[in-house]
Amino acid sequence: MSTRLSNTGRLVNRSAVKNFTFNGKKMQGYEGDTLASALLANDQMLVGRSFKYHRPRGIVASGGEEPNALVNMGEGARFEPNQRTTTTELFDGLTCTSQNHWPSLEFDVGVANNYVARFLPAGFYYKTFMAPRAAWKHVFEPIIRQSAGLGKAPKEMDVDRYEHFYAFEDVVVVGGGIAGLQAAKAAADSGAQVMLMEQTTDWGGRAPVDGAVIDGKPADQWIDETVAALEAMENVTLRTRMMGAGVYDHGYITGYERVADHTPGDGRPRHRLWRIRAKQIVTATGAIERPLSFAGNDIPGVMLASAVRDYVVNYGVSIGEKTVVVTNNDDGYRTAIALVEAGLQVPMVVDARSEVEGELPNKARDLGIRVEAGKAIGKVKGGKRVTGVGICLQNGEGGALEEVKCDAVAMAGGWSPVVHLWSHCGGKLIWDETQAHFRPDANRAPTGANGEAFVLTAGIANGDMGTTEALASGDAAGKAAAKAAGHKASRKAAPKADVVAENAMAPVWIMPQNAGPDLRMKMWLDYQNDVKVSDVQLAAREGYESVEHTKRYTTLGMATDQGKLSNINGLAILADSLNAEIPQVGTTTFRPPYTPISMASIAGEARGEIFQPLRKTPMHDWIENNGAHFEPVGHWRRPYAYLQDGETVEEAVKREVKNTRRKLGLLDASTLGKIIVKGPDAGKFMDMMYTNMMSTLKVGKCRYGLMCNENGFLSDDGVVARMDEDTWLCHTTSGGADRIHGWMEEWLQTEWWDWDVYVANVTEQYAQVAVVGPNARKVLEKLGGMDVTKGSLPFMEWAEGQIGGFDTRVFRISFSGELSYEIAVPASQGRAFWDALMEAGEEFGVQPYGTECLHIMRAEKGFIMIGDETDGTIIPQDLGLNWAISKKKEDFLGKRAQERTFMTNPDRWKLVGLETLDGSVLPDGAYAIKEGDNDNGQRNMEGRVTSTYHSPTLGRGIAMGIIHNGPDRMGEVIEFGKVDGTMVKAKIVDQVFFDKNGEKQDV
Amino acid sequence: MLILECPYCGVAAEETELAAGGEAHLTRFGPGSSDDDFETYMFMRENPKGVNFERWRHANGCGKWFHAARCTMTLEVFGTYSAQTYEPPADLIKAIKKKRPDWPGYGAHK
Ligand SMILES: [Zn+2]
Repeated sequence: MSTRLSNTGRLVNRSAVKNFTFNGKKMQGYEGDTLASALLANDQMLVGRSFKYHRPRGIVASGGEEPNALVNMGEGARFEPNQRTTTTELFDGLTCTSQNHWPSLEFDVGVANNYVARFLPAGFYYKTFMAPRAAWKHVFEPIIRQSAGLGKAPKEMDVDRYEHFYAFEDVVVVGGGIAGLQAAKAAADSGAQVMLMEQTTDWGGRAPVDGAVIDGKPADQWIDETVAALEAMENVTLRTRMMGAGVYDHGYITGYERVADHTPGDGRPRHRLWRIRAKQIVTATGAIERPLSFAGNDIPGVMLASAVRDYVVNYGVSIGEKTVVVTNNDDGYRTAIALVEAGLQVPMVVDARSEVEGELPNKARDLGIRVEAGKAIGKVKGGKRVTGVGICLQNGEGGALEEVKCDAVAMAGGWSPVVHLWSHCGGKLIWDETQAHFRPDANRAPTGANGEAFVLTAGIANGDMGTTEALASGDAAGKAAAKAAGHKASRKAAPKADVVAENAMAPVWIMPQNAGPDLRMKMWLDYQNDVKVSDVQLAAREGYESVEHTKRYTTLGMATDQGKLSNINGLAILADSLNAEIPQVGTTTFRPPYTPISMASIAGEARGEIFQPLRKTPMHDWIENNGAHFEPVGHWRRPYAYLQDGETVEEAVKREVKNTRRKLGLLDASTLGKIIVKGPDAGKFMDMMYTNMMSTLKVGKCRYGLMCNENGFLSDDGVVARMDEDTWLCHTTSGGADRIHGWMEEWLQTEWWDWDVYVANVTEQYAQVAVVGPNARKVLEKLGGMDVTKGSLPFMEWAEGQIGGFDTRVFRISFSGELSYEIAVPASQGRAFWDALMEAGEEFGVQPYGTECLHIMRAEKGFIMIGDETDGTIIPQDLGLNWAISKKKEDFLGKRAQERTFMTNPDRWKLVGLETLDGSVLPDGAYAIKEGDNDNGQRNMEGRVTSTYHSPTLGRGIAMGIIHNGPDRMGEVIEFGKVDGTMVKAKIVDQVFFDKNGEKQDV
Repeated sequence: MLILECPYCGVAAEETELAAGGEAHLTRFGPGSSDDDFETYMFMRENPKGVNFERWRHANGCGKWFHAARCTMTLEVFGTYSAQTYEPPADLIKAIKKKRPDWPGYGAHK
């Protein structure tokens, strides 16, 4: 059993007890515990089930590389699945439950998968997809859905708060072990602005656990002194609980700070995403110990040797009473020694190397530990917990020599540097034969904007395994980084550590060397995804040679730990199966983040009301308070309709249309884009921007214009007014002003930079109200001021003057077909002007109307709408707008493109009106069906609906659409397919449904 | 995330401040041009592995368009310069050649 010891635990505070629950069971731990160490102290080794076979899973590591010990944390609005117990700080009141089992952790039905493992080999999913479709739907999918998946998705809205921080540093050091501390110190001593981040709560990394002695002092003391020195420096920022998440182009690095994971609900933001620009980055990210591949290496109680050591030294927790250590290197002996020194039993150290001499093995022998050289674990015994191991020869086939009783196995397979951050932005790796690991190749570092390296690496992350070497490389990296950031390197010498001589490790990829298929099927590489040595070998036999393909085929390294434990072992097996060298096979790609970060931290503050800014017109508050049913338009909310008491949206829209056509309606048109084009060459420029001739427009007149892109397609439309000799005012679609303004700027800056033209987007400088309906003139005349009669201000002209004491610019333009004045006033007077119109208009039956009424009225008149009749593939000629395309102009944007054969092809679908025979409303986007099928066996089509509404004016459905040869087929009846599979007949008609001669607007 | 120095306002701008505008120094072909010329102008874009000249706009800054010379492999920035020129400045071309002796030179592919 695992239990709390009385005499060790450098990180726990035994005077501060923390209560927590696991699967409802009450447990206790101490301040300083991780959830994993606290669970182990309560003898809770079994924490979950594996993904595919639902095999029992125990804690295997002590840090971010943990693949098994993931739990559901918290409840309700603070519920979160897949939380790694090894990186979760214990706090009072913590609740968690185990994942991926049914019905219970102890008894899991899905474990049956375990017995059909032969039928769930590598590529199972892909092979299953090849089976008959019915088998997938009725047999495999239900089984997989029941058994797959880790934690549950949260159901409630997250109540916590998240934020982004920004920082700019000379040097960012990632990793607060001794190499990182020394790198930060050396860079700071050189005068650099330094940030040092450490993902755990404590500084110093593994050195204190390994008993390092630095400058003659115990590591803990040196660490405390160094941290104190750094804290005292003004040019240093220190951050614990902050992981270097990703390294990106040009010195961009993200830090993930878990501010309040351990103090939920205290009002602080839970996570903070730091977005940092660094001139130089030092990755001192340490290394991860590798498991060894022997049969049964996934049984709870089998753990990394370094983790066993961490739990004893840091948390005072023993994994078992009797621990067998299995190793291929000297470092494993540190665990054996630490256990014995803590009063625990180590029945045997199983060392795969044939000769075992050296300082650490001999110290172990002196402590009375039995060391067996050239041996291996043939098989681990036990189900939900280790009960013993069978020992065999490493160079044999697994024949048992003896059985050793134990309740824990510590495996030491050598160390793999954490090269993730080095690799994120293109840093290359080199295979180190001696250590059997990949480490950063300093000659092929990630390079920045100036072409020089911007990432350095230090300590064991660089493959510098000894304490003195780690300190020296940290010191060198710190100084080099400061120098590259423009400072003069400090001349202080690096500290020195007591040297512990270690003999060479031996690469051991499977144990024993000649293990047969039965054993290889029980050697786990990826614990979470259930990928075994036999799976990788099968993939190689089936022709998967690329490591990236093998990864996807077997799912090796695709679990939430992203292969931190399994990567190198899997590569070695693949290389061996392919008779290739490991460096030839290479690694899979390292992508950020290093370990998963919360989605909420990425969103930061951008949620709820401040997800994106809301633009408000000067009338917004009035609209909100008068029954508006809003719809989003660009960054605005516009009223779709104004609901009166008891009305449905549909009823309100009908009423608004009728009232506007019969009496008087007001539309807040302030969102309409307004762009000023001014200068001696403005006319020439306008002629290029629009398909129409705009240079000849007379001062005081308005003209409807079209804009196309260089590909000839319609991009925007609106009314242009000539202000004076060298000034035009361009109205754009709502939400289109920024885009069109940018479009104009692009041409002026990059093509016609010698033209004297200035453009300004004045959309928000003006409020604009459309005063529409037969009574429109009456209300303006009642308010009094300028002459708005037809004689003084005819249709398609504009004038400036005062109305009701307001400074106005009045445009006689109509998007409804009614007598209409669009009136602009300074934005500051917009609300007052609106109020004045509403008050004066009362006797004339004034009502505000929304965007749906606007759309219906324009459709009744056959006016096109950008985004309805256009979709980026429509040219003006398709919409019968040839009258708006100048034939006199030599050039305009889109002209050349419209001359292409496909654009002039008479077979292009063209705009017409559509009337259903039964008066119903055609479905939006419905296709017109033609006789026969196409090559894919689908029905042929000859057109589609672009706009469709119920017209309250006509009391029937009306629509516009583009139809093959449409304008030549007036009166013909064609069929449209509905979503329910039935057809509806419609007649091709003129697209102007109402007031065909335009008499109503020109009065 | 790139940083490019805007040659107009002098700001070392983050990529989030910038809008990319594709290949630099295109020649516009309008009415009267051949189909081939128009196709080249409209659609045919260089996609070199290495030195590339491109257009950027300091969209969330001073609003100006400018040109940048950049390595598409390493993202090394050789320089930024005015949008109002038909080809890269001679001193910039010289500097790139010095750094990348194997580079065939501006326009060599055309
Ligand atoms: Zn700028």
